[in-house]
Amino acid sequence: MSVLVFVEGLNGEIKKSSLEAASYGSQVAQQLGTTATAVAIGEVHEEALAKLGEQGITKVLYDADDRLKQFVADAYVKVIAKAAQQESAKVLVFSNSNIGAAVGSKLAVRLNGSLATNVTTLPNTDGGSFIVTRGVFSGKAFADVNLTSDVKIIAVKKNSFEVSENGGATATVEKLSADLADADFAAAPKETVMQDTDGGILLPEAEIVVSGGRGLKGPENWHLVEDLAKALGAATACSKPVSDLDWRPHHEHVGQTGITVSPNLYIAIGISGAIQHLAGVNSSKVIVVINKDPEAPFFKAADYGIVGDAFDVVPKLIEAARALDK
Amino acid sequence: MKILVCISNVPDTTSKINFTGDNKEFDKNGVQFVINPWDEYALTRAIELKEAKGGSVTVLNVGEADAEPNIRKALAIGADDAIRVNAHPKDAFFVAQQIAAVAKENNYDMILMGKESIDYNGFQVHNMVGEMLGIPSVTPAFKLDMVDDSTARLEREIEGGKEVVEVKLPFVASAQQPMSEPRIPNMRGIMTARTKPLAVREPVGAEAKAEYVGFSKPEKKGGVKMIDAENAGELIKLLRNEAKVL
Repeated sequence: MSVLVFVEGLNGEIKKSSLEAASYGSQVAQQLGTTATAVAIGEVHEEALAKLGEQGITKVLYDADDRLKQFVADAYVKVIAKAAQQESAKVLVFSNSNIGAAVGSKLAVRLNGSLATNVTTLPNTDGGSFIVTRGVFSGKAFADVNLTSDVKIIAVKKNSFEVSENGGATATVEKLSADLADADFAAAPKETVMQDTDGGILLPEAEIVVSGGRGLKGPENWHLVEDLAKALGAATACSKPVSDLDWRPHHEHVGQTGITVSPNLYIAIGISGAIQHLAGVNSSKVIVVINKDPEAPFFKAADYGIVGDAFDVVPKLIEAARALDK
Repeated sequence: MKILVCISNVPDTTSKINFTGDNKEFDKNGVQFVINPWDEYALTRAIELKEAKGGSVTVLNVGEADAEPNIRKALAIGADDAIRVNAHPKDAFFVAQQIAAVAKENNYDMILMGKESIDYNGFQVHNMVGEMLGIPSVTPAFKLDMVDDSTARLEREIEGGKEVVEVKLPFVASAQQPMSEPRIPNMRGIMTARTKPLAVREPVGAEAKAEYVGFSKPEKKGGVKMIDAENAGELIKLLRNEAKVL
């Protein structure tokens, strides 16, 4: 019996959210007195796989089938199910990403397991229970869930766990083949289009997010958001009205019907803080609000606030951020 | 084309979230319930496809009788008929089992729903239903069009990009913005919705696999610290030295 962690790659490296999942998985393994194995699929450098030892992973199973470079749910499920069987895994850990949660849901059916997504704590295993806490009501509450099946599947909320660094430790890397058939790729994507992040940081993975609203008056002023983001090593985001007006692309829209982020620092510029927006950002650890309206509701949810015109305030922030020694 | 749209009945976004009975149950007192906003994208897109290609839209809710006003609202927006599985939605696995049972008795060409509900934020049911029925599940999709009578073309969001997927009918998809522009029911829709069929059926025996044992609320923030706009640069220092996030 072991704990199995699914890790996702991006450009040959392992995604930060998967490093968090690996750290989580090895802590669960320690709790249960067993070891943690990772299963990797697609395009990841072998060095990056071995380095998972730093997160406490002892063994990595790797399926290098070329067809797995793109996400194909059925094929991924088959590979992970094979790894789970081989390792007699009773706990499977994923990142709560679009891929991780999708594959986790399908495996819950296939392996007859209990699933919790959006998980924010290690399990409480007192008295034979297996209780984890998960975010519910769009960040307004947490629920404790007892996973009652023999197999437990957990999708870990992004940026909820520190990446553990056990310097120098390496994991052994073994090949895994799930003997995939063409039928497993029937729903393969025709085309995958990655956003041009211009060397920037992907919003769902970001530790710092700088977000702009209608207070910026137009897309031509977005350099204020971008320059501050660049100086802080942050990703950029926007409010719903801004994406509805096509000032910014939809994938930058955070809020109730956009994406949910939980960075360490969220800086909102010219966003009033409608409840729908808060639903997407309220689990951020520190919130900064910059708005010229002192009555903006967002100030109630903020840790730091500045009442002032973005066009005066943001350049001062950019200057101060650039002056920080890294 | 026969389309099944699954909707859940959720507290309105502006609701205060409270719990009763030793924090074991959600307090419905004074809470206004709405159709889950993500499900509305699926519902409107289904109705648009029906208007363009013909066919029918059935809405399905797994829930208790208090969900019926919102089921009627979905009928008023343009669905043709409705099914309510009379059960408390215990967990995602339980709900997916109910949807799969209904789907097995009817040959739907597509099964649509929102990517998650705004109350339990699971992002699970659509993929479970696809797996239970052995058909593709494309989630979360923000675009859905028919290529021909038997093939749909969807665009789904992945972290850092999008994928274009073509699947044969039948399939499951979950919806997110901007798949469609949700509609408000008009007076004629509200009138006709009253007489549209709403069948109530009992659940199939399925156990829940995730048992909700208690709820809690996040710690209250300590209040906002205001910084003078003239000294805005001070904020950066506080973020590094006090909040320690830079």
